[in-house]
Amino acid sequence: MAAHSRGHPAMRERGFSPAGTSPYWWIRPCAGPILFLSLLFLFLFTAAAASAAAPEEEKFTEELLLRPLPDRKALAHFHFRSSAPPAASVGRHHHIFPKAISQLVKKYHISELELSFTQGRWNYEQWGGFDPMSTNNAKPPGVELWAVFDLPLSEIDATWKNLTHTLSGLFCASINFLESSTAFSAPRWGFKLNEGNLRYGALPREAVCTENLTPWLKLLPCRDKAGIAFLLYRPSIYKGYYHSQKLKLRSSQSLGIILDQTLTVVLQPNTVSGEQLHSNHGQLQPNWSMRHLFNRKLSGKCLVSKSSRVFIEVDKSIVDNVNKSGSDLSWSNELFVLSNSPDKLIKGQNHVEIQSSFLYVYDASNYTEEKPLDVGITWKLPLVWTCTPSPFHASRFLMGSGNERGSIALSFMSTNLHKQISGSPTDCSIKAVIFQVVPWYVKVYYHSLEIFIDGSRKTVSEVVDKIHVIPSEDKLLPGTLEMLLRFPCSMQSGTLTLDFDKGFLHIDEYPPDANQGFDIPSALVSFPEFSSARSYPEIDPVLGSPLLEYFQEDSVVKSYTEVLLVPLTTPDFSMPYNVITFTCTVLALYFGSLLNALRRRIGEEERELKKTELVSM
Amino acid sequence: MAIRYWQMAAAAVGFRLVLVLFGGDLHLASRPEVSTPLTSLRRLAEGYWLKQASVSPYSGSMYHGSPLLLSILGPLTNSRPDGHHAHIYCSLIFVAVDFLAAMLIRATGHKLQMARNRSLKSLDLTKAVNDSVNVSAGDVASLIYLWNPWAIVTCVGSCTSPIENLMVVIMIYGACSRLAPLAAFGYVMATHLSLYPAILIVPVILLLGYGPDAPPPKVFLIKGSSASKSDESDNDKTTRQRVVQQFSWKPVLHFIFWLFIWSCHVLLLSSVILKKVGGLHEMFEKTYGFILTVKDLSPNIGVLWYFFAEVFDFFRNFFLIVFNMNIIFVVLPLAIRLKHRPCFLAFVYTAIVAILKSYPSAGDSALYLGLLGLFVNELAEMQFTFFLFFGYIGVSLLSPVMHNLWIWRGTGNANFYFATGLAYTCLQTVLLVESCAHRETRPSSLLPTCQAIYSSVAEPIKS
Repeated sequence: MAAHSRGHPAMRERGFSPAGTSPYWWIRPCAGPILFLSLLFLFLFTAAAASAAAPEEEKFTEELLLRPLPDRKALAHFHFRSSAPPAASVGRHHHIFPKAISQLVKKYHISELELSFTQGRWNYEQWGGFDPMSTNNAKPPGVELWAVFDLPLSEIDATWKNLTHTLSGLFCASINFLESSTAFSAPRWGFKLNEGNLRYGALPREAVCTENLTPWLKLLPCRDKAGIAFLLYRPSIYKGYYHSQKLKLRSSQSLGIILDQTLTVVLQPNTVSGEQLHSNHGQLQPNWSMRHLFNRKLSGKCLVSKSSRVFIEVDKSIVDNVNKSGSDLSWSNELFVLSNSPDKLIKGQNHVEIQSSFLYVYDASNYTEEKPLDVGITWKLPLVWTCTPSPFHASRFLMGSGNERGSIALSFMSTNLHKQISGSPTDCSIKAVIFQVVPWYVKVYYHSLEIFIDGSRKTVSEVVDKIHVIPSEDKLLPGTLEMLLRFPCSMQSGTLTLDFDKGFLHIDEYPPDANQGFDIPSALVSFPEFSSARSYPEIDPVLGSPLLEYFQEDSVVKSYTEVLLVPLTTPDFSMPYNVITFTCTVLALYFGSLLNALRRRIGEEERELKKTELVSM
Repeated sequence: MAIRYWQMAAAAVGFRLVLVLFGGDLHLASRPEVSTPLTSLRRLAEGYWLKQASVSPYSGSMYHGSPLLLSILGPLTNSRPDGHHAHIYCSLIFVAVDFLAAMLIRATGHKLQMARNRSLKSLDLTKAVNDSVNVSAGDVASLIYLWNPWAIVTCVGSCTSPIENLMVVIMIYGACSRLAPLAAFGYVMATHLSLYPAILIVPVILLLGYGPDAPPPKVFLIKGSSASKSDESDNDKTTRQRVVQQFSWKPVLHFIFWLFIWSCHVLLLSSVILKKVGGLHEMFEKTYGFILTVKDLSPNIGVLWYFFAEVFDFFRNFFLIVFNMNIIFVVLPLAIRLKHRPCFLAFVYTAIVAILKSYPSAGDSALYLGLLGLFVNELAEMQFTFFLFFGYIGVSLLSPVMHNLWIWRGTGNANFYFATGLAYTCLQTVLLVESCAHRETRPSSLLPTCQAIYSSVAEPIKS
């Protein structure tokens, strides 16, 4: 029965393509979208009724991943997934899945959406740049929103505007500022390959606080009252160095709606002994447990969740160290000991390395209020390790002084990763894609692009494989730059510079704190030849764990650069009246005196003539 | 005289060449006094780059100039010889363009002088001819244009204003020498490049119709009437009147015909250049629309940028209309009043445009100051010249200082710079009004002429 009901959506999907065998594929080109949709819904409804299959259930899973970081911090990553089966099978009623989200998806025909609120900056050097965590969950500061719509291209901009307002209301944030056409852009391939139905916007200055977290938690069936979300004790999670709260939606006719909510925080373990805080080579890493990190312990799972797991991940370097020390990688070994014995141990593989990390799995349903889970790590020996970096460390900065012009520089420092991976072939190259959105008041001269590799200037065509520019329009469009670069592997440092002029705004366009400057959103640098996907060969379909599924997805290595702060010149805000009156006076002076000079002649000359005549007579 | 003139002209050209070739990058191109969003060569290079990338050069708010310039100057901005600043080839072209403009101004001056001598002769005032004209106005005007520091800065500072100026000068020269095709070419190109020279159609038609500046018709009338009184020959009177002030339609119609032809040419070429990347509609919107709606609020030596940065949005359209109409309003009164002096009228219009245009630059001032030189004999006794001279010097020294204080040091604010803009506009206004008023109230150069006429008129009466 279940197989039967799953068969239908696939058929329905084929119905969209003109090449399909379905008899009604011709409806789309000739009928209006509303008619088509209504027909579609009618069909879906009848199909669902006809199949009369037991609908797939709505599912909810909750997971938490903890990981020690090399710089004596700890990473906690919460992952909640709610999924709803295709709308037709359940109608408009939901048991677990948040209704607000399903309405949003249906109303705006979203096929993919990601919204992230981030405070702080992901430290790519210390916390890693090559693992699924950094590629998926390291986000630029502030709000970032992108969405792919399943709509005709002409309707997308209007839908995007409505969507921003809806999300703004849902999450108590000023996402509605993304409504203005100066705030969002439509990248074609630099961000994510699409057919023009993707919109991307970022608000780098948006402050993130608990008022954004509360509505986010409301989408969870148990909120933060039970289960893993119970650990989200506000004072401790907002104390962290990095805080990124994300909501990702995927929706299709076959899958239904999948809502992934993740919260990634980097915390300083709240250790008791103060002297341990002073980082030193000979010193132990701080020991921590859930209680230290969150001030809470985990007392069982959220009752409606299908699975509820806690993972502790140890990095490849630690694994290597343990292997070197000779002991096997059980939960208690020469280097560290975990406070509870795990239910399972999973080996992870990177696609370039043999072995990348170990996961210790705890099932939260085995713990109760009487016997809460307080998993933690205690170090036995001092240990120094590093995370795998991305092939190039990208950073962006401003050059020049004054408020008239400047340059944006993007610099790449090699991390020599390719040597570890592929030896050192002499004439290899590494591809990098740059995606950058610049607000219109930063008027970039794209012809001034200059590229320096290891200090020597290169012509643009040597390095740039492909470039796509949407130049900015004053008060209308931001500038979008998508660039595919090819760096030689031997490159140690590369720099790209672009000159720009600073724009001058109307007095009303300045924000209240105009002298603070304006933010240029982060640029995104991705390395399409490198995939951060992990694979877990030892386990069968990944325990049904969405988190590990996510880690297995093929995603390119990417990193966000810094947000830039550009100070712009300000006019005098206090004297519009003075300016108006002065200018008008000068113009009146011009007009009046000129007309007067023209008018004066007649009388005077005639008088003069008369005078001469009189004199001569 | 002639030898000294050529020495000075060659020295001016040489000075420009030295600045271009050995001056290094003087960063003049980014000075707000020199290059405006319309004339900046850097923006042209960006437009050319966009066009090469098969995007419309007008997409993005960078380029607002003509597509013709884009295809002529664009390829030159690409090549960059070592050891020289970016736009050296263009700068060399601008030196040549400036020299050509100066030569045309000189030729215009000579034409004016010949016409003037002719009209004085026709009034039987050969003595006045020999007395009154002591300086060759054409030489003075072209030297003023060549040695004007603003013209030099504009020429060296990588902006396209020298070409716009040249087109205006070509138009005036063509009209003065009654070469209708040339005048039409200059007119069409100048209008195409910066819109405002469109109002110069009035002096051009007057020049073509009446010929270059002559003494007021009144003088001839008086002369004629005195003659009629003296010997009662109606025949003589009418012929003289006809000689002096008849409006000949033929060159005007010729001019209009050529105007049409050149406009078609320009539009055709533009549409060919923009064929695959946007069209003419976008071109008009991004050039003329940009000029008329003052979209760019970056500072310049005028006052409109700050006005529109501060004015309430609600009134923006109203003031846009007011400021644009301000130029149109005075066209007719001036044309009526100065119709016997079309060349002077052209100077007045150029000055008005330089004062009121939305993105003024030093290059515009250089043009009207050069043309002012053509009337050096007539305006020799103008009032406030000392004040004006030092006013111009003061403003051109203070303006960069204030700009630096505001933009680079951050110690001054926008009002400082705006104040120099206000002062500059006032100065220009005073110069304009004084030159008009002076010409009108006390035509000093004509004073001997008038006196001679009056005396010749009076004598028979006395007797």
